Amino acid sequence: MAHAEVQQHDAHGHRHAHVEGQQHPIGIYLKIWGLLFVLSTASYLVDYFHFQGYLRWFLIIVFMLLKAGLIVAVFMHMMWERLALLYAILVPTLLLMVLLGIGALEADYTFFTRGVFFVKGLL
Amino acid sequence: MPTNTVEPLSLPEGVQGIVADWSSDQRAFKNVPWGKAMMWIFLLSDTFIFSSFLISYMTVRMSATEPWPNPSEVFALTLWGKKIPLILIAIMTFVLISSSGTMAMAVKFGYEKNRKITFILLLITAALGATFVGMQAFEWTKLIFDEGIRPWGNPLGAAQFGSVFFMITGFHGTHVSIGVIFLLIVATKVIRGDLDHQRPGFMTGRKGSYEIVEIMGLYWHFVDLVWVFIFAVFYLW
Repeated sequence: MAHAEVQQHDAHGHRHAHVEGQQHPIGIYLKIWGLLFVLSTASYLVDYFHFQGYLRWFLIIVFMLLKAGLIVAVFMHMMWERLALLYAILVPTLLLMVLLGIGALEADYTFFTRGVFFVKGLL
Repeated sequence: MPTNTVEPLSLPEGVQGIVADWSSDQRAFKNVPWGKAMMWIFLLSDTFIFSSFLISYMTVRMSATEPWPNPSEVFALTLWGKKIPLILIAIMTFVLISSSGTMAMAVKFGYEKNRKITFILLLITAALGATFVGMQAFEWTKLIFDEGIRPWGNPLGAAQFGSVFFMITGFHGTHVSIGVIFLLIVATKVIRGDLDHQRPGFMTGRKGSYEIVEIMGLYWHFVDLVWVFIFAVFYLW
């Protein structure tokens, strides 16, 4: 992992090269900026060209996760932080998958009961 | 050495590194200024708030029996005599991403102690943020007055559309507005040289440093991050 290499590199005596805070070449920010523009355009085109069904969902979610990953990793410097901080912040968000699952189950059930009770003459 | 954030510490590989950090005395987050760690923890809590909104939105939309208004058409604009779907939202997305780009560079120039460039980049970030909020105000006005969309119902379909829309975009817009205010405060501190001369800030005895630009940046990128998810699941679904 890149960040581990950087830290180890520092630990091996390159202390004079260590700088304050998170400093990285400006090029990486410009590249990520451009990449985010490309990905946003791509996700807009998904709607513009009326992709439907599973293809639409697949594309939307892939572009969404790529954009989110780039912002967190580079703009928010997560890829250069120590794993202790990265895990402390990113692992708890996985709990939201449980809430997502519960929400989907509940929605299906509500939709089903509405179908049963709202349709006239069925009961 | 509780205040030393510069000295590198050796790090065992992988999971062993986490265990070593978390099981040591006093500080789990080595080399991370406490202000930054606290901002991350705040952002984690904010992640749960926005996720709760978005997941409730999913639940409400999946269980709606009336047809959901098509966002592609609701947010279309007529430009040069042609109706372009979702164009306003696309422009808002590009504006917010650009503000994230300038913010990231402001952090870099801040640590280089380049006061003037940092100040300018922070001002551009704030201006783009204000532009975003302005476009959102335009969007709300259009929906409320032209389309007749209300939190309790609308003429296009499922009544839940309005409540979810105003709740989620309103909460996000509030975050952007607060961010713009704090960007202006941080920009003022930068140009006055408060950070170079380590002057303590308002209501704190803590010395000023360019870390606050990075901490401000974390909040701003988070606002952009939330928009990525709102754009995908609310506007593109």
